[in-house]
Amino acid sequence: MALVEIRDVYKSFQRDTQKIDVFTGLTLDIEAGSFTALMGPSGSGKSTLLNLIAGLDKPTRGSVTVGGAQVSAMSASQLAAWRASNIGFVFQSFNLLPVLTAYQNVELPLLLTRLSSRERTERVKLALDVVGLADRADHYPRQLSGGQEQRTAIARAIVADPTVMLLDEPTGQLDAKSSQEVLALLQRLNNEFSKTIVIVTHDAHAAERAKTTLHLEKGDLIEKRAAAGVR
Amino acid sequence: MKYLGLVLANLGRHKLRTVLTILSVALALFLFASLRSVTTTLAATAQLGGARRLVTTNATGIVFVLPLAYGNRIKALPGVTGLSWANWFGGRYGDGKTFFANFAVDAESYLKMYPEFIIPDDQRAAFLRDRTGALIGKRLLRQFGWKVGQNVTLQGTIFPGEWTFTVDAVYTPSDPSLGDDALVFHHEYFDERIGRAGIAGWYIVEIDDPAHAPQIAKSIDDMFRNSSAATKTGTEKEFQASFATMWGNVSFLMSTIGLAVVFAILLVTANAMMMSARERTGEIAVLKTVGFSDRLLFALIMVEAGAMALTGAALGLGGAKLFYPAISFNGAGFLPGFKVATSTLVVGGLVALGLMLASGLVPALRAAQLPIVQALRKVE
Repeated sequence: MALVEIRDVYKSFQRDTQKIDVFTGLTLDIEAGSFTALMGPSGSGKSTLLNLIAGLDKPTRGSVTVGGAQVSAMSASQLAAWRASNIGFVFQSFNLLPVLTAYQNVELPLLLTRLSSRERTERVKLALDVVGLADRADHYPRQLSGGQEQRTAIARAIVADPTVMLLDEPTGQLDAKSSQEVLALLQRLNNEFSKTIVIVTHDAHAAERAKTTLHLEKGDLIEKRAAAGVR
Repeated sequence: MKYLGLVLANLGRHKLRTVLTILSVALALFLFASLRSVTTTLAATAQLGGARRLVTTNATGIVFVLPLAYGNRIKALPGVTGLSWANWFGGRYGDGKTFFANFAVDAESYLKMYPEFIIPDDQRAAFLRDRTGALIGKRLLRQFGWKVGQNVTLQGTIFPGEWTFTVDAVYTPSDPSLGDDALVFHHEYFDERIGRAGIAGWYIVEIDDPAHAPQIAKSIDDMFRNSSAATKTGTEKEFQASFATMWGNVSFLMSTIGLAVVFAILLVTANAMMMSARERTGEIAVLKTVGFSDRLLFALIMVEAGAMALTGAALGLGGAKLFYPAISFNGAGFLPGFKVATSTLVVGGLVALGLMLASGLVPALRAAQLPIVQALRKVE
């Protein structure tokens, strides 16, 4: 059984009087421990798919199941609690809270748990250490470079040890060097810590780091390609 | 407690705005407490008066006098156990602009009837002995640096001329609402200086039983109904209340201004909270993505609003409570015993809670109901 199961999903939006169909019966699986890149032109439904998996949006029809939990059937409050322990989300524009330090930003998901202050501190330090920012814990986002901000966002995404990490164009606002650092970090999280990672990207170089690449076009899965050496 | 850092960080986001908002609330509640205290002080003054004391005035109005000859006739009525009388003098001190309450009384009977005036025995005896002596409130002693034994001259306004008195005694009121800033002197001296006119501004009638008050008051007024100066007799409380009701419209005005100020500040605070929440639309969406529930975000924004409103309230109400005693405020003698009552602090606290609810509710509801995807689309 796959970790993420998308079954016959329909999703449409209403823009003014026009109804826009994004998905019309999409079905796909994402395995546990995989590193999947979602590619496709703008408007193909990549980010919408990510939002559906994260429970940020609901399908018009069909079901989305993650780790055995039917996300598409949950209430708003159930989804919030579920996301806190199962989803690590990383945005293109980092979206760190500017009034909090790197440490405090990373600690945010842990505030929703029953962990003690000491346990939270240990976890935050570990997450910052994994992304190589242990010495930047007290820095505010404005004091960090773009790459460091994104690595802080990744630390925030992994600190609660989620079931799946979802990244929406994580290198979209980074220079080449920072992009490589972030991608290398994601690869390490997948290889060493067996994190299941789904990344939306336009960047072919970024997709090359993934074990599987899914191509979407107009809401349809048109190609599923495994990287060399991966079955 | 674990969310305290997040709340404080958000309050510190625009420090100047937060400080100004808190100061606005503080100022509003300081004014509210001050204006309400005027009303409560007037109400407390209206409650003054012994249950066994009646006051007889001219039926036409308090500014009209009564013949001194009425005294013996009133004293002869059944149920009357004591009688005293007084005249409003209205003199001014110093440059003629300094004013405080001053009146002539029949000293011996007056002090017997008013145990509320606490006077050292030797000073009391000295005052009763001295025809040109004066009994003053301890505030006047502090205010003008007077000393016992010194001469003080008032300029008469209703009764012209320079009136010099010797400060023989100083009183402390047993009830602060009585005031400690009056000067009283001998009616005998007053009557002599005005040419034995034989007038009394009002009579104070001591009766045997408060239950007999309506009957005795009626007897007094019936006795003088057809004379040249008809009387109006009531309990001392009614007499005090008649002064307070003269302030009636002022009290209403004070309350109205107080509420208007609070409402204006409510708009300021609500606007500040809404601006703050609107600026954070993207961050709220991010927090929801992380797993913060609608209910938790609602609570956090309400706590922020509450922190500002309650800090402002503590500053404003606490400031008012400490400020007025520190300057010995008594409204130039018109508000003796002025104080910020506990009830005012409670009402002010409730107003602050109302401010918190009214200013935080809309942004908190907006945050709770914010659709994540649309909000993130704006940010991304």
